[in-house]
Amino acid sequence: MTVPIAWYMVLAAVLFSIGTVGALTRRNGITIFLSIELMLNAVNLLILSYARLLGDQAGQVIVFFVLAVAAAEAAIGLALFIAVYRLRRTIDVNRLNLLRW
Amino acid sequence: MEVAIFALFALLSVGFAIVVVAHPHPVKSTMSMVVVLFCLAVLFVLLGAPFVAALQVLVYTGAILVLFLFVLMLLNIGRERAAGVGQPAQRWVALVGAAFFAGFLGMLLWRTHGPDTLDALTPDYLSIHRLSWELFTTWLLPFELVGLLLLVAVVAAYAMARAPQPGEMTPPAQPGVIATTAAADVADAGADAP
Repeated sequence: MTVPIAWYMVLAAVLFSIGTVGALTRRNGITIFLSIELMLNAVNLLILSYARLLGDQAGQVIVFFVLAVAAAEAAIGLALFIAVYRLRRTIDVNRLNLLRW
Repeated sequence: MEVAIFALFALLSVGFAIVVVAHPHPVKSTMSMVVVLFCLAVLFVLLGAPFVAALQVLVYTGAILVLFLFVLMLLNIGRERAAGVGQPAQRWVALVGAAFFAGFLGMLLWRTHGPDTLDALTPDYLSIHRLSWELFTTWLLPFELVGLLLLVAVVAAYAMARAPQPGEMTPPAQPGVIATTAAADVADAGADAP
């Protein structure tokens, strides 16, 4: 018996929501970043399940691009955190409120 | 058999995803993220995408998460301190909102695709040869652009993260000089001195 494709999609929705909670509630910048990576992965899972459902390899190619962009995003974001840490000695986002109000 | 493998790795991935967002220590969050990514790689294989699964393990766990661990080590970041002002309300709102979102989205997807049955995996769909053919013909321009994007990202990351050289304009290094903050800084000023 094969797994119904809807299970994969529901799993992707659940993982995406867990990532959303993390991105909204955590204060450590790097953990927020990890939550965003989690959301990206949930979306990858959804794209791949649609690719499987439609039998189209283009979905796999798109996931490949998402992986590459995630790598670029991680490099830039972590460099930003290092620069911010150098200035403020913290990456707690509650204390990085120069642009907040 | 397939259902058992799916159930095992789906539950593992959800459990460790909760650890990722709930654990106060960022290093442990990152290590749980490794487990989540491996579980998702297994699910990608089940979905007939072994190439993407290999990339997931190589690029995500091999490169991106190692980068995360390096930065955590470099900045020497420990546990989050106890939640500050206004934090619990924010947490509950986020939890309830995300639960509704997951419920609605899951139900939508389930209702749309619940009765769908999958065709058997074809060798065409599994073929990496066909995938790379597709990648280097139809998707050649995006492929090259992504390569350029990665190059720009590496240069930009280097430029941002490198220490200021003598003679360059350097911003003031103390916290609180750039902006004054209302409650948070006063409450735990000095609490995070190294």
